[in-house]
Amino acid sequence: MSSHEYTPSSKFGKWFNDRLPLLTLTNHLTDYPTPKNLNYWWTFGGILTFCLITQIITGLVLAMHYVAHADLAFGSVEHIMRDVNYGWLIRYVHANGASMFFLAVYIHIFRALYYGSYKSPREVIWIIGMLIYFLMMATAFLGYVLPWGQMSFWGATVITNLFSAIPLIGESVTHWLWGGYSVDNPTLTRFFSLHYLFPFLILGLVILHIWALHVPGNNNPIGIDIKKPSNDTVPFHPYIVIKDIFALLIFLIIFAFFVFFSPNILGHSDNYIEANPLVTPAHIVPEWYLLPFYAILRSVPDKLLGVIAMFAAIFVLVILPWLDTSKVRSALFRPIYKQFYWFLVADVLILGYMGAMPAEGIYLLIARVATAYYFIHFLVILPILGKKERTLNIPLSITEPVLGGMLNPSMAKAKKDTEKINSLG
Amino acid sequence: MSDTNKKKPNRRDFILTATTAAGAVGVGAAVWPLIDQMNPDASVKALASTEVDVSSVQPGQSITVLWRGKPVFIKHRTPQEIEEARKVDLKELKHPEKDEDRAKKPEWLVTLGICTHLGCVPLTNKGDFEGGWFCPCHGSHYDTSGRVRSGPAPTNLEVPEYTFVDSNTIKIG
Repeated sequence: MSSHEYTPSSKFGKWFNDRLPLLTLTNHLTDYPTPKNLNYWWTFGGILTFCLITQIITGLVLAMHYVAHADLAFGSVEHIMRDVNYGWLIRYVHANGASMFFLAVYIHIFRALYYGSYKSPREVIWIIGMLIYFLMMATAFLGYVLPWGQMSFWGATVITNLFSAIPLIGESVTHWLWGGYSVDNPTLTRFFSLHYLFPFLILGLVILHIWALHVPGNNNPIGIDIKKPSNDTVPFHPYIVIKDIFALLIFLIIFAFFVFFSPNILGHSDNYIEANPLVTPAHIVPEWYLLPFYAILRSVPDKLLGVIAMFAAIFVLVILPWLDTSKVRSALFRPIYKQFYWFLVADVLILGYMGAMPAEGIYLLIARVATAYYFIHFLVILPILGKKERTLNIPLSITEPVLGGMLNPSMAKAKKDTEKINSLG
Repeated sequence: MSDTNKKKPNRRDFILTATTAAGAVGVGAAVWPLIDQMNPDASVKALASTEVDVSSVQPGQSITVLWRGKPVFIKHRTPQEIEEARKVDLKELKHPEKDEDRAKKPEWLVTLGICTHLGCVPLTNKGDFEGGWFCPCHGSHYDTSGRVRSGPAPTNLEVPEYTFVDSNTIKIG
């Protein structure tokens, strides 16, 4: 795919790089050719890397003060908030950082959906991305349990009980997950251990994700294959680096707004009540980023089928590269897909809203319709649309539309040369 | 080429298979302790039973006690509530169980206070059935016998093992 090959200029550099290609790796952060038309939706990869590092650093620090014990956890979080120097800041960055992380990952995913970034040859990048997303949800859930408030406790109870829907072995599996007959101290300590582990698994997958990305190179807003390096590319540094940093700064303004002005708006006030196994809060809701899946879970009246539907909602995303049969990547050239794309965005937002509402009456009805549409979009509309849709003409290169119908100049020149040779011959 | 395909298993093939099998057993034996350590431990299992004095619970009242970290409802039912639980046609029930099989003494109903859907604690005296339960999480309704009547819960509230030590004391577990 990529015709870009790197050779270090110094003799020592070449000697070293032949033995350990670290300089090639560095080159991927400097001269690496990237499409020149990447827009701001492409800056979220960098933002997400920043989010992951922030979560790891703040989490590491919080773990120095937190006590993973059912009797002490709630108090130790309050200790962090009140006594530890800057503890309030570190915890609010960590808690809101999780929300920011999901905000960025949803934009990142929906960007890929719009511009067809999951299609050949980028299926593996996409699947690794979905694994990261799944691990992120698991990590966020485990982390939410640690403060041992009412929402922590009952959220943990509801989610671990999902496994009790498994026929025959369900009950043994839940007892094994809990280390007892209900969510209790053994559950908390193992959740802490796993919450510490998972971010490093995510980090490993992120490295694979970027590695897989650098094999075919970035997709781009018009979704065509480009020659690299060429007039269609710019070096990663400084062009993309500067753009990513600018976007990150804007993102940090929003992040800082939440941390300093409304640190609890994305949380639930019930989590400031210590866990009580005898009282279920009147209304259990997960964190906002899990709401669409929660709505799908609740909209199916059968326990096992509800759990299956929820996991299937993630699984259809994993197999998406094979469900979308269209060869054209970017929605810019798919007029009908573009409309269905926005229907899907609306559908997911509606599901999210219904997940936060009580599961009754009109809310339940809307959630059911939205759940059905979610699956119809991926399992019916996309496979058929790819075969039936009349797509617009795609340009041959990024520069072609700008240069008024001309091909990429280097390609045009090559074409002219060939014609000259032919006419001579 | 054709005779190598039909080659009889020789000594090396046997050793390879035997080594792989022994290796698989060894890995399994090494992994099992790492998995089993997560199961309920001896200290958790030791707290397996609880005795409850119910002499102060008046008819119509219900108390919640903790057993194995889980809430247990002990309800002193009124004659109307018993009658209501017993006159229901079993065909109407999602999980058909006779009230007679669920309560050892008709006036005392003992069930786990855990919704069989996803484990929330149902609210007492709430929902569509007077003297029954309602789960606020996902909207399951239970009747005066703790049987599920509507909502996503697949089964009735579970009846734990219990015995009457004397007329005023119930031993759960």
